[in-house]
Amino acid sequence: MIKVDSLTKKFGDFIAVDNISFNVNKGDIFAFLGPNGAGKTTTIKMLTTLLLPTSGKISVNGHNPLTHQDAVRHSFGIVFQDPSLDDELTAWENMEFHGVLYGVAKKIRRQRIEEMLKFVELWDRKDELVKKFSGGMKRRLEIARGLIHHPQILFLDEPTLGLDPQTRNHIWNYIKDLNQKEGMTVFFTTHYMEEADRAAKKVAVIDHGKIIILGTPSELKQKTGKESLEDAFLALTGRTIREEEVGATQRLRDHRRAWRH
Amino acid sequence: MKVIYILWLRQLKRYLRSKARMIGSLGQPLLFLLALGFGFGPIYQKAGEGSYLQFLGPGVIAMAIIFTAIFTGIEIIWDRQFGFLKETLVAPASRFQIMIGRTMGGATVATLQGIIVFLMTLVVGFRPTDLLLLPLALVFMILIALVFTAFGTAIATMLQDMQAFPIIMNFLIMPIFFLSGALFPLESFPAPIVTATRLNPLVYGVDGLRGALIQGAHLGLLTDFIVLSLITLGLLALGSYLFSKIEV
Repeated sequence: MIKVDSLTKKFGDFIAVDNISFNVNKGDIFAFLGPNGAGKTTTIKMLTTLLLPTSGKISVNGHNPLTHQDAVRHSFGIVFQDPSLDDELTAWENMEFHGVLYGVAKKIRRQRIEEMLKFVELWDRKDELVKKFSGGMKRRLEIARGLIHHPQILFLDEPTLGLDPQTRNHIWNYIKDLNQKEGMTVFFTTHYMEEADRAAKKVAVIDHGKIIILGTPSELKQKTGKESLEDAFLALTGRTIREEEVGATQRLRDHRRAWRH
Repeated sequence: MKVIYILWLRQLKRYLRSKARMIGSLGQPLLFLLALGFGFGPIYQKAGEGSYLQFLGPGVIAMAIIFTAIFTGIEIIWDRQFGFLKETLVAPASRFQIMIGRTMGGATVATLQGIIVFLMTLVVGFRPTDLLLLPLALVFMILIALVFTAFGTAIATMLQDMQAFPIIMNFLIMPIFFLSGALFPLESFPAPIVTATRLNPLVYGVDGLRGALIQGAHLGLLTDFIVLSLITLGLLALGSYLFSKIEV
Protein backbone atom coordinates (compact mmCIF):
# COMPACT_ATOMS: atom_id res chain seq x y z
CA MET A 1 0.00 0.00 0.00
CA ILE A 2 2.87 2.32 0.86
CA LYS A 3 6.31 1.69 -0.63
CA VAL A 4 9.27 3.82 0.31
CA ASP A 5 12.66 3.29 -1.28
CA SER A 6 15.86 5.12 -0.17
CA LEU A 7 13.92 8.24 0.74
CA THR A 8 16.02 11.25 1.77
CA LYS A 9 15.10 14.80 2.74
CA LYS A 10 17.67 17.51 3.35
CA PHE A 11 17.07 21.06 4.56
CA GLY A 12 20.30 22.76 3.57
CA ASP A 13 23.04 20.76 5.30
CA PHE A 14 20.67 19.19 7.76
CA ILE A 15 19.51 15.69 6.85
CA ALA A 16 16.03 15.23 8.33
CA VAL A 17 15.34 11.86 6.70
CA ASP A 18 18.32 9.73 5.75
CA ASN A 19 17.92 7.04 3.09
CA ILE A 20 14.98 5.13 4.58
CA SER A 21 13.10 2.23 3.00
CA PHE A 22 10.02 0.36 4.16
CA ASN A 23 6.74 -1.16 2.99
CA VAL A 24 3.30 -1.06 4.55
CA ASN A 25 0.93 -3.81 3.45
CA LYS A 26 -2.71 -3.22 2.67
CA GLY A 27 -4.90 -3.46 5.77
CA ASP A 28 -1.99 -3.20 8.21
CA ILE A 29 -1.75 -0.92 11.19
CA PHE A 30 1.78 0.43 11.02
CA ALA A 31 3.44 2.37 13.86
CA PHE A 32 6.22 4.80 13.04
CA LEU A 33 8.07 5.49 16.28
CA GLY A 34 10.96 7.73 17.20
CA PRO A 35 12.11 10.47 19.58
CA ASN A 36 11.31 14.12 18.93
CA GLY A 37 12.92 15.41 15.76
CA ALA A 38 13.72 11.94 14.44
CA GLY A 39 12.08 12.63 11.07
CA LYS A 40 8.59 11.17 11.57
CA THR A 41 6.56 14.19 10.57
CA THR A 42 8.89 15.03 7.69
CA THR A 43 8.35 11.51 6.33
CA ILE A 44 4.58 11.83 6.65
CA LYS A 45 4.68 15.18 4.87
CA MET A 46 6.53 13.62 1.94
CA LEU A 47 4.04 10.74 1.79
CA THR A 48 1.10 13.16 1.77
CA THR A 49 2.33 15.56 -0.99
CA LEU A 50 3.10 18.41 1.44
CA LEU A 51 6.85 18.26 0.98
CA LEU A 52 9.09 17.26 -1.93
CA PRO A 53 11.73 14.61 -1.23
CA THR A 54 15.39 15.37 -1.96
CA SER A 55 15.82 11.89 -3.41
CA GLY A 56 14.28 8.42 -3.30
CA LYS A 57 11.07 6.78 -4.45
CA ILE A 58 7.61 6.77 -2.89
CA SER A 59 4.49 4.95 -3.92
CA VAL A 60 1.19 5.52 -2.11
CA ASN A 61 -1.64 3.23 -3.20
CA GLY A 62 0.34 2.62 -6.39
CA HIS A 63 0.74 6.33 -7.20
CA ASN A 64 3.74 8.61 -7.08
CA PRO A 65 3.15 11.70 -4.86
CA LEU A 66 5.52 13.68 -7.09
CA THR A 67 3.77 13.15 -10.39
CA HIS A 68 0.24 11.99 -9.50
CA GLN A 69 -0.58 14.19 -6.55
CA ASP A 70 -4.30 14.08 -7.15
CA ALA A 71 -4.50 10.29 -7.22
CA VAL A 72 -2.45 10.15 -4.01
CA ARG A 73 -4.64 12.77 -2.34
CA HIS A 74 -7.71 10.73 -3.24
CA SER A 75 -6.22 7.73 -1.43
CA PHE A 76 -5.56 9.05 2.06
CA GLY A 77 -6.92 10.94 5.03
CA ILE A 78 -4.78 12.55 7.67
CA VAL A 79 -4.88 13.84 11.23
CA PHE A 80 -2.02 16.29 11.64
CA GLN A 81 0.25 16.58 14.63
CA ASP A 82 -0.27 20.34 15.02
CA PRO A 83 -3.61 22.13 14.86
CA SER A 84 -5.21 22.62 11.45
CA LEU A 85 -8.72 23.77 12.31
CA ASP A 86 -10.26 27.09 11.34
CA ASP A 87 -10.82 28.86 14.67
CA GLU A 88 -13.29 31.30 13.18
CA LEU A 89 -15.67 28.56 12.10
CA THR A 90 -17.88 26.38 14.27
CA ALA A 91 -17.15 22.70 14.91
CA TRP A 92 -19.88 21.69 12.49
CA GLU A 93 -18.65 24.08 9.79
CA ASN A 94 -15.13 22.69 10.05
CA MET A 95 -16.56 19.20 9.53
CA GLU A 96 -18.77 20.29 6.64
CA PHE A 97 -15.85 22.10 4.95
CA HIS A 98 -13.76 18.97 5.13
CA GLY A 99 -16.56 16.72 3.87
CA VAL A 100 -17.25 18.93 0.86
CA LEU A 101 -13.56 19.33 0.08
CA TYR A 102 -13.22 15.55 -0.01
CA GLY A 103 -16.30 15.14 -2.17
CA VAL A 104 -18.34 13.11 0.33
CA ALA A 105 -21.95 12.98 -0.89
CA LYS A 106 -24.34 15.14 1.11
CA LYS A 107 -26.40 12.36 2.70
CA ILE A 108 -23.41 10.35 3.89
CA ARG A 109 -21.61 13.55 4.86
CA ARG A 110 -24.38 14.80 7.16
CA GLN A 111 -24.78 11.34 8.65
CA ARG A 112 -21.04 10.89 9.30
CA ILE A 113 -20.65 14.40 10.74
CA GLU A 114 -23.38 13.69 13.25
CA GLU A 115 -22.00 10.23 14.00
CA MET A 116 -18.43 11.48 14.47
CA LEU A 117 -19.34 14.56 16.52
CA LYS A 118 -21.44 12.37 18.80
CA PHE A 119 -18.58 9.88 18.96
CA VAL A 120 -16.10 12.49 20.27
CA GLU A 121 -18.85 14.02 22.42
CA LEU A 122 -18.93 17.40 20.73
CA TRP A 123 -22.38 17.13 19.18
CA ASP A 124 -24.05 19.45 21.68
CA ARG A 125 -21.33 22.05 21.06
CA LYS A 126 -21.36 21.76 17.29
CA ASP A 127 -22.46 25.37 16.74
CA GLU A 128 -19.76 26.92 18.89
CA LEU A 129 -16.74 28.61 17.35
CA VAL A 130 -13.65 26.44 17.56
CA LYS A 131 -11.62 29.25 19.14
CA LYS A 132 -13.67 28.76 22.30
CA PHE A 133 -12.67 25.09 22.55
CA SER A 134 -10.04 23.69 24.93
CA GLY A 135 -6.96 21.91 23.60
CA GLY A 136 -8.45 18.46 24.17
CA MET A 137 -11.70 19.38 22.45
CA LYS A 138 -9.82 20.70 19.42
CA ARG A 139 -7.83 17.50 19.26
CA ARG A 140 -10.99 15.40 19.37
CA LEU A 141 -12.53 17.54 16.64
CA GLU A 142 -9.46 17.07 14.43
CA ILE A 143 -9.72 13.31 14.79
CA ALA A 144 -13.46 13.36 14.12
CA ARG A 145 -12.84 15.46 11.02
CA GLY A 146 -10.18 13.07 9.74
CA LEU A 147 -12.70 10.22 9.90
CA ILE A 148 -15.58 11.83 7.93
CA HIS A 149 -14.42 10.24 4.73
CA HIS A 150 -13.20 6.69 4.95
CA PRO A 151 -9.94 6.72 3.00
CA GLN A 152 -7.94 3.71 1.93
CA ILE A 153 -4.98 4.91 3.97
CA LEU A 154 -5.26 6.87 7.18
CA PHE A 155 -2.26 8.87 8.44
CA LEU A 156 -2.32 9.75 12.13
CA ASP A 157 0.52 11.97 13.35
CA GLU A 158 0.48 11.72 17.15
CA PRO A 159 -3.31 11.66 17.11
CA THR A 160 -3.86 11.10 20.80
CA LEU A 161 -1.40 13.70 22.08
CA GLY A 162 -2.85 15.44 25.12
CA LEU A 163 -5.92 13.23 25.41
CA ASP A 164 -6.93 11.35 28.55
CA PRO A 165 -6.72 7.52 28.62
CA GLN A 166 -10.52 7.17 28.30
CA THR A 167 -10.63 9.18 25.09
CA ARG A 168 -7.51 7.49 23.72
CA ASN A 169 -9.01 4.07 24.24
CA HIS A 170 -12.31 5.11 22.78
CA ILE A 171 -10.65 6.48 19.64
CA TRP A 172 -8.33 3.53 19.15
CA ASN A 173 -11.22 1.09 19.38
CA TYR A 174 -12.96 3.01 16.62
CA ILE A 175 -9.86 3.05 14.42
CA LYS A 176 -9.20 -0.67 14.92
CA ASP A 177 -12.83 -1.32 14.07
CA LEU A 178 -12.52 0.65 10.83
CA ASN A 179 -9.33 -1.20 10.04
CA GLN A 180 -11.05 -4.56 10.42
CA LYS A 181 -14.38 -3.72 8.80
CA GLU A 182 -13.16 -1.68 5.86
CA GLY A 183 -9.61 -2.94 5.53
CA MET A 184 -8.30 0.60 5.99
CA THR A 185 -4.53 0.83 6.16
CA VAL A 186 -3.39 2.90 9.15
CA PHE A 187 0.00 4.62 9.41
CA PHE A 188 0.55 6.36 12.73
CA THR A 189 3.14 7.95 14.98
CA THR A 190 2.90 8.18 18.75
CA HIS A 191 4.94 8.65 21.89
CA TYR A 192 2.68 6.29 23.83
CA MET A 193 4.44 2.95 23.42
CA GLU A 194 1.63 0.87 24.87
CA GLU A 195 -0.61 2.30 22.14
CA ALA A 196 1.77 1.02 19.48
CA ASP A 197 2.11 -2.30 21.29
CA ARG A 198 -1.62 -2.83 21.41
CA ALA A 199 -2.66 -1.52 17.99
CA ALA A 200 0.23 -2.00 15.59
CA LYS A 201 0.89 -5.08 13.53
CA LYS A 202 4.27 -3.72 12.48
CA VAL A 203 6.57 -1.15 14.00
CA ALA A 204 9.43 0.90 12.57
CA VAL A 205 11.74 2.86 14.86
CA ILE A 206 13.40 5.90 13.34
CA ASP A 207 16.15 7.95 14.95
CA HIS A 208 18.34 10.72 13.51
CA GLY A 209 16.53 10.26 10.20
CA LYS A 210 17.39 6.55 9.89
CA ILE A 211 15.23 3.51 10.45
CA ILE A 212 17.04 1.44 13.08
CA ILE A 213 14.67 -1.50 13.32
CA LEU A 214 11.55 -2.86 11.64
CA GLY A 215 9.30 -5.68 12.80
CA THR A 216 6.33 -6.76 14.88
CA PRO A 217 6.14 -5.46 18.47
CA SER A 218 7.02 -8.92 19.82
CA GLU A 219 10.01 -9.20 17.49
CA LEU A 220 11.29 -5.88 18.79
CA LYS A 221 10.93 -7.03 22.38
CA GLN A 222 12.61 -10.31 21.57
CA LYS A 223 15.56 -8.74 19.79
CA THR A 224 16.22 -6.31 22.63
CA GLY A 225 15.37 -8.83 25.34
CA LYS A 226 12.96 -6.43 27.04
CA GLU A 227 9.53 -7.00 28.51
CA SER A 228 7.74 -3.94 27.17
CA LEU A 229 7.89 -1.99 23.94
CA GLU A 230 8.78 1.13 25.92
CA ASP A 231 11.91 -0.56 27.33
CA ALA A 232 12.76 -1.90 23.90
CA PHE A 233 12.37 1.59 22.46
CA LEU A 234 14.66 3.08 25.12
CA ALA A 235 17.23 0.35 24.56
CA LEU A 236 17.23 1.15 20.84
CA THR A 237 17.25 4.92 20.94
CA GLY A 238 19.11 5.61 24.19
CA ARG A 239 18.05 7.63 27.18
CA THR A 240 19.38 11.05 26.23
CA ILE A 241 16.74 13.71 25.92
CA ARG A 242 16.80 15.14 22.43
CA GLU A 243 17.59 18.74 23.07
CA GLU A 244 19.84 18.97 20.05
CA GLU A 245 16.98 17.69 17.94
CA VAL A 246 14.83 20.61 18.98
CA GLY A 247 17.75 22.76 17.88
CA ALA A 248 17.76 20.91 14.60
CA THR A 249 14.10 21.61 14.03
CA GLN A 250 14.74 25.25 14.72
CA ARG A 251 17.71 25.20 12.37
CA LEU A 252 15.53 23.69 9.72
CA ARG A 253 12.99 26.47 10.15
CA ASP A 254 15.69 29.12 9.98
CA HIS A 255 17.07 27.51 6.84
CA ARG A 256 13.76 27.55 5.11
CA ARG A 257 13.07 31.12 6.13
CA ALA A 258 16.45 32.31 4.90
CA TRP A 259 15.96 30.40 1.69
CA ARG A 260 12.50 31.78 1.04
CA HIS A 261 13.32 35.46 1.38
CA MET B 1 -18.29 23.58 -8.14
CA LYS B 2 -19.02 22.55 -4.56
CA VAL B 3 -15.39 23.01 -3.61
CA ILE B 4 -15.44 26.56 -4.96
CA TYR B 5 -18.70 27.24 -3.13
CA ILE B 6 -17.47 26.00 0.26
CA LEU B 7 -14.25 28.01 0.02
CA TRP B 8 -16.27 31.09 -0.95
CA LEU B 9 -18.67 30.50 1.92
CA ARG B 10 -15.83 30.18 4.41
CA GLN B 11 -14.40 33.60 3.51
CA LEU B 12 -17.81 35.22 3.65
CA LYS B 13 -18.56 33.74 7.07
CA ARG B 14 -15.24 34.86 8.45
CA TYR B 15 -15.91 38.37 7.16
CA LEU B 16 -19.42 38.61 8.56
CA ARG B 17 -18.18 37.34 11.93
CA SER B 18 -15.41 39.84 12.42
CA LYS B 19 -17.29 43.09 12.83
CA ALA B 20 -14.15 44.82 14.12
CA ARG B 21 -12.33 44.18 10.87
CA MET B 22 -15.31 45.28 8.83
CA ILE B 23 -15.59 48.60 10.67
CA GLY B 24 -11.82 49.06 10.95
CA SER B 25 -11.28 48.82 7.23
CA LEU B 26 -13.91 51.51 6.63
CA GLY B 27 -11.91 54.02 8.67
CA GLN B 28 -9.21 54.66 6.09
CA PRO B 29 -11.49 55.42 3.11
CA LEU B 30 -13.69 57.58 5.34
CA LEU B 31 -10.65 59.56 6.47
CA PHE B 32 -9.50 60.09 2.89
CA LEU B 33 -12.98 61.07 1.83
CA LEU B 34 -13.45 63.67 4.57
CA ALA B 35 -9.92 65.01 4.95
CA LEU B 36 -9.00 65.15 1.27
CA GLY B 37 -12.52 65.78 0.00
CA PHE B 38 -13.07 68.83 2.12
CA GLY B 39 -9.40 69.81 2.36
CA PHE B 40 -8.63 69.91 -1.34
CA GLY B 41 -12.15 70.70 -2.51
CA PRO B 42 -11.81 74.52 -2.61
CA ILE B 43 -8.38 74.42 -4.30
CA TYR B 44 -9.63 72.00 -6.94
CA GLN B 45 -12.57 74.26 -7.62
CA LYS B 46 -10.40 77.37 -7.86
CA ALA B 47 -8.28 75.57 -10.44
CA GLY B 48 -11.42 75.34 -12.53
CA GLU B 49 -11.81 71.54 -12.32
CA GLY B 50 -15.25 71.49 -10.68
CA SER B 51 -16.16 69.39 -7.66
CA TYR B 52 -13.28 67.42 -6.12
CA LEU B 53 -15.69 65.22 -4.21
CA GLN B 54 -17.16 64.03 -7.51
CA PHE B 55 -13.65 63.19 -8.69
CA LEU B 56 -12.58 61.58 -5.42
CA GLY B 57 -15.69 59.44 -4.83
CA PRO B 58 -14.85 56.63 -7.30
CA GLY B 59 -11.20 56.77 -6.14
CA VAL B 60 -12.10 56.18 -2.51
CA ILE B 61 -14.43 53.31 -3.44
CA ALA B 62 -11.59 51.75 -5.43
CA MET B 63 -9.30 52.27 -2.43
CA ALA B 64 -11.63 50.43 -0.05
CA ILE B 65 -11.85 47.55 -2.51
CA ILE B 66 -8.13 47.17 -3.24
CA PHE B 67 -7.06 47.22 0.41
CA THR B 68 -9.73 44.75 1.51
CA ALA B 69 -8.97 42.54 -1.49
CA ILE B 70 -5.23 42.45 -0.81
CA PHE B 71 -5.85 41.72 2.87
CA THR B 72 -8.22 38.83 2.23
CA GLY B 73 -5.84 37.46 -0.37
CA ILE B 74 -2.94 37.64 2.03
CA GLU B 75 -4.97 35.77 4.67
CA ILE B 76 -3.34 32.61 3.36
CA ILE B 77 -0.34 33.53 5.48
CA TRP B 78 -2.55 33.34 8.58
CA ASP B 79 -3.91 30.02 7.37
CA ARG B 80 -0.35 28.82 7.05
CA GLN B 81 0.58 29.94 10.55
CA PHE B 82 -2.56 28.55 12.16
CA GLY B 83 -2.13 25.29 10.27
CA PHE B 84 -5.40 25.41 8.34
CA LEU B 85 -3.57 25.69 5.01
CA LYS B 86 -2.44 22.04 5.31
CA GLU B 87 -6.06 20.95 5.50
CA THR B 88 -6.70 22.61 2.13
CA LEU B 89 -3.44 21.42 0.57
CA VAL B 90 -3.89 17.69 1.18
CA ALA B 91 -7.49 17.77 -0.08
CA PRO B 92 -8.17 15.99 -3.37
CA ALA B 93 -9.32 19.19 -5.07
CA SER B 94 -7.61 20.86 -8.03
CA ARG B 95 -5.41 23.83 -7.17
CA PHE B 96 -7.27 25.90 -9.77
CA GLN B 97 -10.57 25.30 -7.97
CA ILE B 98 -8.98 26.23 -4.66
CA MET B 99 -7.57 29.41 -6.17
CA ILE B 100 -10.92 30.36 -7.75
CA GLY B 101 -12.86 29.64 -4.55
CA ARG B 102 -10.54 31.71 -2.40
CA THR B 103 -10.42 34.55 -4.91
CA MET B 104 -14.18 34.68 -5.31
CA GLY B 105 -14.64 34.66 -1.54
CA GLY B 106 -12.17 37.49 -1.00
CA ALA B 107 -13.54 39.44 -3.96
CA THR B 108 -17.08 39.18 -2.62
CA VAL B 109 -15.93 40.57 0.72
CA ALA B 110 -14.01 43.39 -0.99
CA THR B 111 -16.98 44.25 -3.21
CA LEU B 112 -19.25 44.42 -0.16
CA GLN B 113 -16.81 46.85 1.47
CA GLY B 114 -16.83 48.87 -1.76
CA ILE B 115 -20.64 49.06 -1.71
CA ILE B 116 -20.61 50.25 1.90
CA VAL B 117 -18.07 52.96 1.02
CA PHE B 118 -20.17 53.93 -2.02
CA LEU B 119 -23.13 54.49 0.32
CA MET B 120 -20.86 56.55 2.57
CA THR B 121 -19.83 58.78 -0.33
CA LEU B 122 -23.52 59.41 -1.04
CA VAL B 123 -23.99 60.61 2.52
CA VAL B 124 -21.04 62.99 2.19
CA GLY B 125 -22.45 64.47 -1.01
CA PHE B 126 -21.16 62.40 -3.95
CA ARG B 127 -23.75 62.06 -6.74
CA PRO B 128 -23.48 59.55 -9.61
CA THR B 129 -24.45 61.26 -12.85
CA ASP B 130 -26.44 58.40 -14.35
CA LEU B 131 -28.25 55.90 -12.13
CA LEU B 132 -28.74 53.55 -15.07
CA LEU B 133 -24.99 53.01 -15.18
CA LEU B 134 -24.83 51.81 -11.55
CA PRO B 135 -24.84 48.10 -12.53
CA LEU B 136 -21.81 48.86 -14.69
CA ALA B 137 -20.13 50.47 -11.69
CA LEU B 138 -20.77 47.23 -9.79
CA VAL B 139 -19.14 45.25 -12.59
CA PHE B 140 -16.00 47.35 -12.27
CA MET B 141 -16.02 47.04 -8.49
CA ILE B 142 -16.14 43.26 -8.83
CA LEU B 143 -13.33 43.31 -11.41
CA ILE B 144 -11.06 45.42 -9.19
CA ALA B 145 -11.85 43.09 -6.29
CA LEU B 146 -11.03 39.99 -8.35
CA VAL B 147 -7.74 41.34 -9.68
CA PHE B 148 -6.41 42.35 -6.29
CA THR B 149 -7.63 39.35 -4.31
CA ALA B 150 -5.92 37.09 -6.85
CA PHE B 151 -2.87 39.35 -6.65
CA GLY B 152 -2.76 39.21 -2.84
CA THR B 153 -3.25 35.45 -2.86
CA ALA B 154 -0.47 34.94 -5.41
CA ILE B 155 1.93 37.02 -3.30
CA ALA B 156 0.94 35.25 -0.10
CA THR B 157 1.72 31.82 -1.54
CA MET B 158 5.36 32.89 -1.70
CA LEU B 159 5.60 34.18 1.88
CA GLN B 160 6.23 32.24 5.08
CA ASP B 161 5.01 34.79 7.60
CA MET B 162 3.83 38.36 8.03
CA GLN B 163 7.33 39.82 8.35
CA ALA B 164 7.54 40.74 4.68
CA PHE B 165 4.13 42.37 4.75
CA PRO B 166 5.30 45.98 5.35
CA ILE B 167 7.65 45.69 2.38
CA ILE B 168 4.81 44.61 0.14
CA MET B 169 2.58 47.33 1.52
CA ASN B 170 5.09 50.16 1.05
CA PHE B 171 6.78 49.12 -2.16
CA LEU B 172 3.91 47.54 -4.03
CA ILE B 173 0.45 48.40 -2.77
CA MET B 174 1.00 52.07 -1.90
CA PRO B 175 2.61 52.95 -5.27
CA ILE B 176 -0.16 51.06 -7.07
CA PHE B 177 -2.72 53.05 -5.15
CA PHE B 178 -1.12 56.51 -5.37
CA LEU B 179 -0.29 56.13 -9.07
CA SER B 180 -3.75 54.92 -10.04
CA GLY B 181 -5.51 58.24 -10.54
CA ALA B 182 -7.71 57.55 -7.53
CA LEU B 183 -6.78 60.75 -5.68
CA PHE B 184 -5.59 63.10 -8.44
CA PRO B 185 -5.60 63.13 -12.26
CA LEU B 186 -2.54 61.47 -13.78
CA GLU B 187 -2.56 63.57 -16.96
CA SER B 188 -0.52 66.36 -15.38
CA PHE B 189 2.40 63.98 -14.74
CA PRO B 190 5.39 63.91 -17.15
CA ALA B 191 4.62 61.81 -20.21
CA PRO B 192 6.95 58.87 -19.36
CA ILE B 193 5.29 58.44 -15.97
CA VAL B 194 1.83 58.54 -17.54
CA THR B 195 2.94 55.78 -19.91
CA ALA B 196 4.36 53.78 -17.00
CA THR B 197 1.08 54.01 -15.10
CA ARG B 198 -0.57 52.14 -17.97
CA LEU B 199 1.05 49.03 -16.48
CA ASN B 200 -0.83 49.56 -13.24
CA PRO B 201 -4.02 47.44 -13.18
CA LEU B 202 -5.71 49.82 -10.76
CA VAL B 203 -5.51 52.62 -13.35
CA TYR B 204 -8.05 50.68 -15.44
CA GLY B 205 -10.17 49.93 -12.40
CA VAL B 206 -10.37 53.54 -11.28
CA ASP B 207 -10.94 54.72 -14.86
CA GLY B 208 -13.76 52.23 -15.38
CA LEU B 209 -15.38 53.08 -12.09
CA ARG B 210 -15.13 56.79 -12.79
CA GLY B 211 -16.55 56.21 -16.26
CA ALA B 212 -19.55 54.36 -14.87
CA LEU B 213 -20.23 56.77 -12.01
CA ILE B 214 -19.47 60.24 -13.41
CA GLN B 215 -18.82 59.57 -17.12
CA GLY B 216 -15.19 60.50 -16.64
CA ALA B 217 -13.35 57.63 -18.33
CA HIS B 218 -10.18 58.49 -20.25
CA LEU B 219 -9.19 55.10 -21.54
CA GLY B 220 -12.60 53.87 -22.58
CA LEU B 221 -14.87 51.52 -20.64
CA LEU B 222 -14.40 48.65 -23.05
CA THR B 223 -10.61 48.86 -22.81
CA ASP B 224 -10.86 48.98 -19.01
CA PHE B 225 -13.15 45.97 -18.96
CA ILE B 226 -10.99 43.86 -21.29
CA VAL B 227 -7.71 44.71 -19.55
CA LEU B 228 -9.09 43.94 -16.08
CA SER B 229 -10.65 40.65 -17.21
CA LEU B 230 -7.43 39.50 -18.83
CA ILE B 231 -5.37 40.39 -15.76
CA THR B 232 -7.83 38.47 -13.56
CA LEU B 233 -7.49 35.34 -15.69
CA GLY B 234 -3.71 35.66 -15.80
CA LEU B 235 -3.43 36.06 -12.03
CA LEU B 236 -5.77 33.12 -11.39
CA ALA B 237 -3.58 30.91 -13.56
CA LEU B 238 -0.40 32.18 -11.91
CA GLY B 239 -1.94 31.82 -8.45
CA SER B 240 -2.96 28.20 -8.96
CA TYR B 241 0.51 27.39 -10.28
CA LEU B 242 2.11 29.00 -7.20
CA PHE B 243 -0.43 27.23 -5.00
CA SER B 244 0.63 23.85 -6.37
CA LYS B 245 4.22 24.68 -5.43
CA ILE B 246 3.53 25.44 -1.75
CA GLU B 247 5.38 23.20 0.70
CA VAL B 248 4.48 23.20 4.36
